[in-house]
Amino acid sequence: MIAAFIHRAVMQGVPLLFGATGEIVTEKSGNLNLGIPGVMYVGGISGVIGAFLYENSLADKSQANGFLAIMIPLVCCLLGSLLMGLIYSFLTTTLRANQNVTGLAITTFGVGLGNFFGGSLIKIVGADVPSITLSTTSKFFSASLPFADNLGWFGEIFLSYGFLAYLAVVIAIVTSLFLKKTRTGLNLRAVGENPATADAGGISVTKYKYLATCIGSMIAGMGGLYYVMDYVSGVWSNDGFGDRGWLAIALVIFTVWKPNFAIIGSILFGGLYIVHNYLNQFFPAIPVNMSTQELIKMAPYVVTVLVLIINSMRKKRENQPPEALGLPYFREDR
Amino acid sequence: MAANTKETGKEPLFHIVKRTDLPMWKSWLIRIGAVVASLIICAVIIILLTGDNPIQIYGTMVKGAVGSPRRIWALLQGVAMLLCIALAVTPAFKMRFWNIGAEGQVLMGGLGATACMILFGKTLPAPLVLVLVIVVSIICGAVWGLIPAIFKAFWNTNETLFTLMMNYIAIQIVSYFTYIWSSNKGNNVINTINVDTHAGWLELPPSIDKYGYMLNVIIVGALTVLMYFYLKYSKQGYEISVVGESENTAKYAGINVKKVIIRTMIISGALCGVAGMLLVSGTDHTITPNTAGGRGFTAIMVSWLAKFNPLFMVLTSLLIVFMQKGAQEISTVFGLNNSFSDIITGIIIFFIIGSEFFINYSIKFRAKEVEAK
Repeated sequence: MIAAFIHRAVMQGVPLLFGATGEIVTEKSGNLNLGIPGVMYVGGISGVIGAFLYENSLADKSQANGFLAIMIPLVCCLLGSLLMGLIYSFLTTTLRANQNVTGLAITTFGVGLGNFFGGSLIKIVGADVPSITLSTTSKFFSASLPFADNLGWFGEIFLSYGFLAYLAVVIAIVTSLFLKKTRTGLNLRAVGENPATADAGGISVTKYKYLATCIGSMIAGMGGLYYVMDYVSGVWSNDGFGDRGWLAIALVIFTVWKPNFAIIGSILFGGLYIVHNYLNQFFPAIPVNMSTQELIKMAPYVVTVLVLIINSMRKKRENQPPEALGLPYFREDR
Repeated sequence: MAANTKETGKEPLFHIVKRTDLPMWKSWLIRIGAVVASLIICAVIIILLTGDNPIQIYGTMVKGAVGSPRRIWALLQGVAMLLCIALAVTPAFKMRFWNIGAEGQVLMGGLGATACMILFGKTLPAPLVLVLVIVVSIICGAVWGLIPAIFKAFWNTNETLFTLMMNYIAIQIVSYFTYIWSSNKGNNVINTINVDTHAGWLELPPSIDKYGYMLNVIIVGALTVLMYFYLKYSKQGYEISVVGESENTAKYAGINVKKVIIRTMIISGALCGVAGMLLVSGTDHTITPNTAGGRGFTAIMVSWLAKFNPLFMVLTSLLIVFMQKGAQEISTVFGLNNSFSDIITGIIIFFIIGSEFFINYSIKFRAKEVEAK
């Protein structure tokens, strides 16, 4: 039972991990992209559109090619989220618009886009299917190692996920090493801490901000893809993704801008997100009713607020947000 | 852009200069141009999706927004609610305090109103319940705004992230109470409260106000004028702008920055509380976790697009609500998904945000002679 709980917690955590890693890369360049929830919706729906068109082009669904079934949605997802990242970068970096306002507009737009195509795709394409159910492509996404089932709890906890889950962990570790160990990572952090100094040091602030935001968006978008193609087995439902995008932003604060902490943090948040379903099984002696479950769902946000407060009180240098987070940079404006 | 120069070692083709001297009419011309451009883009998208004549489609939109007295009142109600929350966040924004927690503050205000209506509706006389509803909802909103303000003032805690998290805490608290107070155990819905007594309902008699939105519109109208004068002519409004321009200047001028931050956020939260009260006690007479309906976020854009001027906010919120209602009509007529209005809103906001660049900066191209050298 505990293995089943951890299994579900990890599956809940993967979209958060993608979102948080993407947002950390973005925030390290000084861009506070509050559009991440929208970007994740767009990533999800772009993948769905790709998979939907691919499945409908097949005469016989059992003939689906595994490589194409994974690559088409993945590429669509990356392109969709890249586009959102480009809109954000263009407005905030090139046109120096306010980051909060732009981010919220991206979220409105992205969530709208996801729900719109989720609800109207069938009508627009003119297909004769009752609802978007991408079970064929989804099977390739959620395929786990064949021997995972034979290994008991070990297999269930460590080996029973689709490939995107492992990709999320790999990306988080690579990002962590990139930020800490490489020259480019150091430059990126410099841009986020003090763009004027970075600029004087010969670093192209505009280039770093664009690249970090776009790559960050693409990573976050994959969180949406994982959610639709693997977690809910290819069945799109409007607003199904819920507030996970905001939870990903909360996770960024919780892990004090460190992607390697985010791996553990995402599983913890994923666990907190679903623990209310398991409390009655774990502690049959203490009954938990529906109303209390709503309060338990509050936990990730309360924990995040506490982390935010404690870090601002302790004033430890390495636990602070990037110094120039949320501020536009204009070279002649000093 | 300027950065490319360093790598190539050449003069840049153009450079960007800040400008402050653009006349008022020119800047508004740019903004109107942006709105028109966004409407054209929206029209193109609508044609691609529906394959219909764009003029006819905009006709459908206008009909959807103002086609009947009921629709006009629904439009005014939508504008009033969005405007009220936009007014609430404005003083905080002028102070450069990014209060993106309006959604939660509105919900807490609404929850305060709901609590008074449910707990005292049967026992206290109706006028007293109404007074309690007003006072408690304002206090609830103010407290929800005050918490991040205290931490910002004393420990410089990042207010954008703090207020954002407070939204979801508020949503869960409201979900909790909708379970506790739900009319039939377990269905998670509170039916209209005090249908028989109307205790705690903020309303005019139906003979004056047929659709029940008039009082909300009047109250928000009055608040708009008040907020305009508060920000422009009061000493506190001046202090807010000084703190927003530069905290150091404010300190040097003898302004107590901590006090201004806390006071302004109490006002901001209290006004959100009023919005919540108007939604619960003045309109729905019940609460759901979705009562604020994302207005807390849209209001931020409304306030920012109007350059924090309460009178212009009437126009920006009218534009956004008009487009939303119109887009809803299109989606109904053409059988598309309701979220179409969010896409339209997003596109319009992108264009207006982008147009600000051309108001604040000018692009100077390199002179021809220099190139010849």
